[in-house]
Amino acid sequence: MHRGKGMKFVGDSRVSAEQKTFIPKDYSEYPGKTEAFWPNFLLKEWMVGAVFLIGFLCLTIAHEPPLEKIADPSDTAYIPLPDWYFLFLYQLLKYTYASGPYNAIGAFIIPGLVFGALLLAPFLDRGPERKPSKRPFATGFMLLAIAGVTFLTWESVAHHDWEAAAQQGKIVADAEIDTEAEGYKLMEANTCLTCHGNELQGGAGAPALVEVDLSPEEIHDVIVNGRGAMPAGIFTGTDEELNKVVEFISSIESE
Amino acid sequence: MFNKIYDWVDERLDITPIWRDIADHEVPEHVNPAHHFSAFVYCFGGLTFFVTVIQILSGMFLTMYYVPDIKNAWESVYYLQNHVAFGQIVRGMHHWGASLVIVMMFLHTLRVFFQGAYKKPRELNWIVGVLIFFVMLALGLTGYLLPWDMKALFATKVTMQIIESTPLIGDYLKILIAGDSSIVGAQTITRFFAIHVFFLPAALFALMAAHFIMIRKQGISGPL
Repeated sequence: MHRGKGMKFVGDSRVSAEQKTFIPKDYSEYPGKTEAFWPNFLLKEWMVGAVFLIGFLCLTIAHEPPLEKIADPSDTAYIPLPDWYFLFLYQLLKYTYASGPYNAIGAFIIPGLVFGALLLAPFLDRGPERKPSKRPFATGFMLLAIAGVTFLTWESVAHHDWEAAAQQGKIVADAEIDTEAEGYKLMEANTCLTCHGNELQGGAGAPALVEVDLSPEEIHDVIVNGRGAMPAGIFTGTDEELNKVVEFISSIESE
Repeated sequence: MFNKIYDWVDERLDITPIWRDIADHEVPEHVNPAHHFSAFVYCFGGLTFFVTVIQILSGMFLTMYYVPDIKNAWESVYYLQNHVAFGQIVRGMHHWGASLVIVMMFLHTLRVFFQGAYKKPRELNWIVGVLIFFVMLALGLTGYLLPWDMKALFATKVTMQIIESTPLIGDYLKILIAGDSSIVGAQTITRFFAIHVFFLPAALFALMAAHFIMIRKQGISGPL
């Protein structure tokens, strides 16, 4: 940088009036095959980014982002689930010695130790060695942590009832349910509504019955023989009453 | 034409040194996948930044439709997803990008950890990086509530129970974040929105700036 007497400035600013010529650095003296970031390496990065973006956009097109029905605080049967990257913490809090009276252990002490150690890693692992094989404690604890997080996430996924989860949050088309109809009263009397809901909106264990994608014969078959979690023989009325219920369910259309 | 504009600005502001600081630096052989394919592990940090840019842009477009309010939040998301042209893509990018940024950041963290790249003189940059990790997790947590659907509400209720159980300051912390000592509702969604859209991004930008300035100052760590 030029200093001292004889400096000229642009106007009354502090910008030097002398135009210096900038010559890009010559990396040929650097060790190995060093190259300039601009523009050589950036172009390659750009291509990697483009390929990555195409893959990412394919993902967004192939998988619609999930949206469940609007939040209803009165639904007490709902089984909550956090986003996948919090599942390990969620699972940890299910264990006896990490929940209830021991909640502080699961919610603060264990995560605090793990994340605290991560934050302070440079001060815990202070030797000059960088190779993983030459710092067994750092490598060992990190592998242990990865194994722990993986195991907890795995356990959480394995113990979650995904079918019920898909049912409980489903967006249900609004429908005007005629609660005075004979079919509705028969469903009430035969405890259909206990699981399928007063508005036939479904619940944690049973699907909604609004706009079911089944023919009347198929509905008849499901009521008599059951399906999935629904056992056979819940309906105890006569054949005539059964037909009325089938007709009622087929007639429900969303607004 | 472009050169003349550049010279005009450069005469007044002397921008060439700034530009050189940003663009003109070396890429050593050992981090360049063109020379050693295994060097692709050095891409994770850059890809994390790339996905973060996607998150910022898609998030900006989402706020054009989103209404942070218990009556309209879900309706606006539903409308965006089902009735707005490419709305599903924009929301999809933000939704899947949120997961991807965690994956990429995790891989980047592992690369830096197993290479021991956080050792002297790069301790401070590691700490800033871990703080970015925490900010990202907080962004994921607050963003999860915003669509105001069933899973959003009930997952947030669980989060609030955990926050409430913090020793000593639990109750105050819960009121600060949820806006009420017992209800997860109208106040909560506006607070989560403000935290998700203003507070955490501000912290994220400051930390990312520090992260990048430190890398430029110190250079990338040498080969193992």
